Amino acid sequence: MTSPNNSKPLSKQAALVQKNLAKRYASERRFKAYGLASVLFGLCALLVLFVEIFGGGLGGFKTTQVALTLELDSDVLEVYDATNPDEILSGNYTGVIRNALKERFPDAAGRKEKRALYSMISVGATYDLRDQLAKDPDLLDTSIDVWVLADDDVDTYYKSLSSVPYAERMSDKQQQWVQNLIDQQEIRTIFNTRFFTGGDSSEPEMAGIRGAIMGSLLTMMVTLLLSFPVGVAAAIYLEEYAPKNRLTDFVEVNINNLAAVPSIIFGLLGLAIFINLFEMPRSIPLVGGIVLTLMTLPTIIISSRAAVKAVPPSIREAALGIGASKMQMILHHVLPLAMPGMLTGAIIGMAQALGETAPLLMIGMVAFIMDVPGAINDPATVMPVQIFLWSDSPERAFVEKTSAAIMVLLMFLMFMNAMAVLLRKRLERRW
Amino acid sequence: MQDTVIESKAPTAKAVQAERTKKTTKTESNAMNAKRSPTEIAESITETVGKPLAQNAKLAMRDVNVYYDQKQAVFDVNLDIAENQVVALIGPSGCGKSTFLRCLNRMNDTIDICRVAGSIQLDGMDIYDSKLDVVPLRARVGMVFQKPNPFPKSIYDNVAYGPRIHGLVNRRADLDEVVESSLRKAGLWEEVKDRLESPGTGLSGGQQQRLCIARTIAVSPEVILMDEPCSALDPIATAKIEELIAELSQNFTIAIVTHSMQQAARVSHRTAYFHLGRLVEVNETEKVFTNPDHELTEAYITGRFG
Ligand SMILES: Nc1ncnc2c1ncn2[C@@H]1O[C@H](COP(=O)(O)OP(=O)(O)OP(=O)(O)O)[C@@H](O)[C@H]1O
Ligand SMILES: [Mg+2]
Repeated sequence: MTSPNNSKPLSKQAALVQKNLAKRYASERRFKAYGLASVLFGLCALLVLFVEIFGGGLGGFKTTQVALTLELDSDVLEVYDATNPDEILSGNYTGVIRNALKERFPDAAGRKEKRALYSMISVGATYDLRDQLAKDPDLLDTSIDVWVLADDDVDTYYKSLSSVPYAERMSDKQQQWVQNLIDQQEIRTIFNTRFFTGGDSSEPEMAGIRGAIMGSLLTMMVTLLLSFPVGVAAAIYLEEYAPKNRLTDFVEVNINNLAAVPSIIFGLLGLAIFINLFEMPRSIPLVGGIVLTLMTLPTIIISSRAAVKAVPPSIREAALGIGASKMQMILHHVLPLAMPGMLTGAIIGMAQALGETAPLLMIGMVAFIMDVPGAINDPATVMPVQIFLWSDSPERAFVEKTSAAIMVLLMFLMFMNAMAVLLRKRLERRW
Repeated sequence: MQDTVIESKAPTAKAVQAERTKKTTKTESNAMNAKRSPTEIAESITETVGKPLAQNAKLAMRDVNVYYDQKQAVFDVNLDIAENQVVALIGPSGCGKSTFLRCLNRMNDTIDICRVAGSIQLDGMDIYDSKLDVVPLRARVGMVFQKPNPFPKSIYDNVAYGPRIHGLVNRRADLDEVVESSLRKAGLWEEVKDRLESPGTGLSGGQQQRLCIARTIAVSPEVILMDEPCSALDPIATAKIEELIAELSQNFTIAIVTHSMQQAARVSHRTAYFHLGRLVEVNETEKVFTNPDHELTEAYITGRFG
């Protein structure tokens, strides 16, 4: 026997193989590099997107406030009994705030300058003051130090001071006043709770995403409740019961076609059928949910069918072989094994639906709605439509609101995708 | 299968010699078949040689033909399986053994293109009667498959599944008892009694197959069909299962498909030899393996093809 070193000359075959080896390894490395490059490209694109959105949108989660000393004089307020809701509601809070501003900046002279001064505080401040008084009636006829909500122009200007000041909508006088407030440390930014508790508003500093979130949740709820059971039932029928013939082939082809139909077509369909024919109200999550159901159904059916198909035939045979009926086989064995795949498909379909705008525009969910919807038949809008609306608004302050809303939407999407992965991990079983 | 090859190597050479001399005499007597290929011979078979029929038939098959679409897989099979007997079905790959076996509890119903003609009677009852419900039939005629296929559930649930869906027991204690006795009969109890709640898919291949047998006998079937139950197992696990079959044959009627001659010889009372969808010969196992009536059977068991 020869020793295992290379002393023995290589055979002709082996030499040829050796010669090609370098070339083969090089192409293998290239192959791997292409894949890696693609992944890196994807990651870069994602990173750019995130930097862009987070850079522009973090400010949207903050709001600017100004410190004022308010005299809650009952004569100015025209509120004499702070426990009476009617009086509270009709109080002249604007007057109180204006007085406080005049007090704070006595140099404002003339109507024009005064108007400029008053416009620095948001109307939201008056609502806050009203709520505060309603909660604590004892405050009447006292003087309180509070942080009041600044107007969006002040907000934008103040936030931009740290980088490139944006003063286009601020007069010189207003800029001086802001500087004065900064010197006295009477202006600050804090976390914008209103953004998460309020509905839409034409005033950027008061606009919140809550209405759109609720609208999205209600719409998603309708979509999920309709599309998941229907999709799973359809998938099971098609896989387990339907005879294989022309008709089922036709159905199958058309399910695949439906999955590729542009979403706006489903919106038109919803408009024609639910709103024009059935005369359902516009802008409600119920109709939105039904339209999105039509859109997500093909996705759910296709992925559910794949999941059912992936259940090994040996498991079916085992169940049938000991006398399980077809329904028992499906319910006891096929469904539990197919469930992770079905849920993944459903969540991906829902994530798609969550980001959908076009079909909802068609059924009127693009209306300006200030109230937070509480039921599936309240007028509502959804997050992507809200983003669309804000991005279309002229006020500069809506730019960062748009980015902030995008971040919230992305959070929801990531949460849903994480759920999909988690569910799959938890439910997946070996067989 | 491994052991088969090793064991049979030396004797086969001798057997072939011996059988060559024998063959000359046979071909003389069978002059018609003189120079025909096995395929030609098989295709001309119209009647099974040997004793396909039995006195106390549990299962009686008459003129069974099976088709996959246009293609016929089983031709005119007549066979009885007697009560508490083990019948081995042997034959070259693709000759229709599995197809035939699956007719006996109507598992072929699950294949859309499969069509069965002829009559199959279980205790005198036609199982292909259109009014017959397959669910109780499959409870009476259980099946063990080639590849172990436990459910992805616990060992306990695997065995308890049949009794549960058929409503055989109502109380948990009774169910426990059925599970234990089934596992004992399948020779698995000692190995799994401490981990009944662990998944059945976590067992070794041989254990899984015995679990599948336990699952089948838990519903107390009258007939058990086994399709190459040992093909995925090592010799030790195979020996255990063969032992088990011998034991089960005291209470059950068994039809077993196998590719191992040794196995057929060890476990069965009668052996049926299939070739190209025809049932060529049925005889007492000993006779089939020592002095078969048909030349194709002989050729097969001596290893000349298959
Ligand atoms: N589902 C099916 N569809 C179409 N033809 C089939 C199907 N199953 C089996 N056949 C055909 O029927 C014939 C018999 O097959 P079968 O599985 O019964 O053979 P077998 O004897 O069990 O073979 P093996 O020993 O390899 O398992 C083969 O020719 C096969 O191609
Ligand atoms: Mg087979």
